[in-house]
Amino acid sequence: MDPRLGTAVVVVVGVPAVLIGYIYGTELLLRLAPERLKATLRPWLWLLPALLFLGVFLIYPTIGTIIRSFQDKIGTAFVGLDNYAWFFGTDEALVALRNNVIWLVLLPLITVGFGLIIAVLVDRVRYESIAKSVIFVPLAISMVAAGVIWKFMYAYKSPGEAQVGTVNGVLTTFGGSPVPWILNDTLALNTIALIVVMAWMWTGFAMVIISAALKGISAELLEAARVDGATEWQVFRRIVFPLLLPTIAVVSTTVIITALKAFDIVYVMTGGQNDTNVIAHLMYQEMFSFSDFGRASALAVILLIAIIPIMIFNISRFRAQEAIR
Amino acid sequence: MEQRKTTWRKVAAIAGAAALVIGACSSPSGSGGAGKSVTVIGTWGGDEEKAFKAMVAPWEKETGNTVKYTGTRDINAILTTGVASGVLPDLAGLPGPGQMVEFAKGGSLKPLDDVLDIAKYKEETAPALVALGTVDGKISGVFIKAAVKGLIWYSPKAHDYSSAPPATWDDLVTQAKANQGDAKAIWCVGLESGAATGWPGTDWLEDIVLRTAGPDKYAEWWQGKLKFSSPEIKSAFETFGDVIKDSNGGANTVLSTAFQEGGDGLFTTPPGCEFHHQASFITGLGKFKDAKAGTDYNFFPFPDIDPQYSGSVEGAGDLFGMFHDTAEAKSLMKYLVTAPAQDIWVKLGGALSANKNATSYPDDIAKRSAELLAGAKNFAFDASDLMPTAMQAALLTGIVDYTKDPSKLDSILETLDKAQTDAYGGG
Repeated sequence: MDPRLGTAVVVVVGVPAVLIGYIYGTELLLRLAPERLKATLRPWLWLLPALLFLGVFLIYPTIGTIIRSFQDKIGTAFVGLDNYAWFFGTDEALVALRNNVIWLVLLPLITVGFGLIIAVLVDRVRYESIAKSVIFVPLAISMVAAGVIWKFMYAYKSPGEAQVGTVNGVLTTFGGSPVPWILNDTLALNTIALIVVMAWMWTGFAMVIISAALKGISAELLEAARVDGATEWQVFRRIVFPLLLPTIAVVSTTVIITALKAFDIVYVMTGGQNDTNVIAHLMYQEMFSFSDFGRASALAVILLIAIIPIMIFNISRFRAQEAIR
Repeated sequence: MEQRKTTWRKVAAIAGAAALVIGACSSPSGSGGAGKSVTVIGTWGGDEEKAFKAMVAPWEKETGNTVKYTGTRDINAILTTGVASGVLPDLAGLPGPGQMVEFAKGGSLKPLDDVLDIAKYKEETAPALVALGTVDGKISGVFIKAAVKGLIWYSPKAHDYSSAPPATWDDLVTQAKANQGDAKAIWCVGLESGAATGWPGTDWLEDIVLRTAGPDKYAEWWQGKLKFSSPEIKSAFETFGDVIKDSNGGANTVLSTAFQEGGDGLFTTPPGCEFHHQASFITGLGKFKDAKAGTDYNFFPFPDIDPQYSGSVEGAGDLFGMFHDTAEAKSLMKYLVTAPAQDIWVKLGGALSANKNATSYPDDIAKRSAELLAGAKNFAFDASDLMPTAMQAALLTGIVDYTKDPSKLDSILETLDKAQTDAYGGG
């Protein structure tokens, strides 16, 4: 028998066994504790493994990264704010920051916008499930595969030659001239071309969630509005949309975080060339290509800081919602 | 309560027993098998991987050991994290001479002086390649594979240059104009290569610098002592710009054509171009692969530009190093650089050997490139491969940006100067 198979089984069986053993053991220990303390101690004991995991795998590395971001290339000496100064003083890094902002704005707009439109329209047709499945499928594709697929979609050949790329193929069929989509950085066209790839994947996600929320709106409410003489647009604008808003907020935050973490598509399709770099990809380059741990850590911290407001918004909204219930 | 307690106990007991049983039956098979294995990580996939496996097969047969090979495109990331964490393969292809020096100085790369048959290795290998693999007087890396860069490929069917290849760059330009025929352009260039897009452009630049500024300036350049804005490098950029101007399809095509297909224009009717500039390994790629060497394609070496630097050849190669000095790894390393092993590798095509005594090249073209490598008056290693990775990446971006918009040359060179100060300053 392959020893790896053994290891796998030990992990699958052993980990639950240890956890069960832990709970059993703590219960035994609690018996020794005075009755008064039991209620206070029990939740902490049960939480302890989770807290340990969080500490080791989340909090410790985060603090480590922050410390590293003030250190030099190999992490031997402190260099103060040099790594941050580098970030704000290098064109390449600022271009990555600019691109992240474009991603941050456009991706949620496209995915949530189209997701909402499709969800509302498809709600009224017979072949709803087929239409939804077709739009949802791209989400099941890995981002690397999507990047490869779209690299072919955007492929460019000189005018006059057979266009192997679908987009340019269609364009030339209708008499246009081919466009080098992922090369052309005028008005950040290439970054937008990359965002389209991600939107192609995530629109399905937005659509499914919004569609589910749409089904949750009670028919009586809509009927009442219609009886009162509201037009279809008014029904959508005054009733459906406000009721969907919390869902749209959840979807948007998810997509915004996805936009901030954009990496795979840039890595596969352009390698960050032609001003298409994003912070996550720049971080990868600094870390794994240039072995500059200081700068890579600084980039990680910048990304973390950028995500914090969104997290705070998310949590406060969640709390507000809980309060209503 | 009592009832529940027994259930708990049963579950725990069963789980524990299962773990024990599995642990017990998995341990003996772990140390089973007669031979030992050597783990190898390299950048080769596809045909190259097959060639490598064919190369190690006789060694496996003789020693009874096995080679566990993993191919990856991201060797730099794997070795960087590997060195930091200590989880490393026994033998590995190294990303470049720069990283080799870092790994060797850090102590993770083991010296090979006691492993190889040093006298024989030095006798069989070009001194420049031996020197490049040496760190602080110890051999730390060997070139398991080599390539000659800067060969100019053409189709003999369009015009046969084999009897009188252009002797100088000016001659080449004149002849190209005279013999253009129905070819759409003079040059075919393909720069696209994923994250490394632009590297064929760095080869162009290096070939030009080597022949206009000479080997000394060339060395200063990759060592970070010669600025990009210096006249030598600037004029090389401009010469490369002329090539792009005379290339099939112009900048957009150049930047979207994969380097593997870069020379395919030679084989179309009407031809897309007259010439393609690429290293010796192009014969294993694109349309070259199915074309017939000598009749469908041929090459002449990059002509001299400034006659005082005549006889310069640029080359590159795949470095190989050892991270664990086990007996098996040592034995494999020793075997890999020998002529019989290298012969298997070169016979399959697409590769040149750094070993002069490996001569089983499949065709005349491969043989001629190998002779070029062995007989170079001054051999220069690929400059961009010698630069720190951050510099390398900046240069790739510079090449791409310049190809796209040559009018921005001054600002591109300024950015490269900044990148140079940054990359070399940080050590």
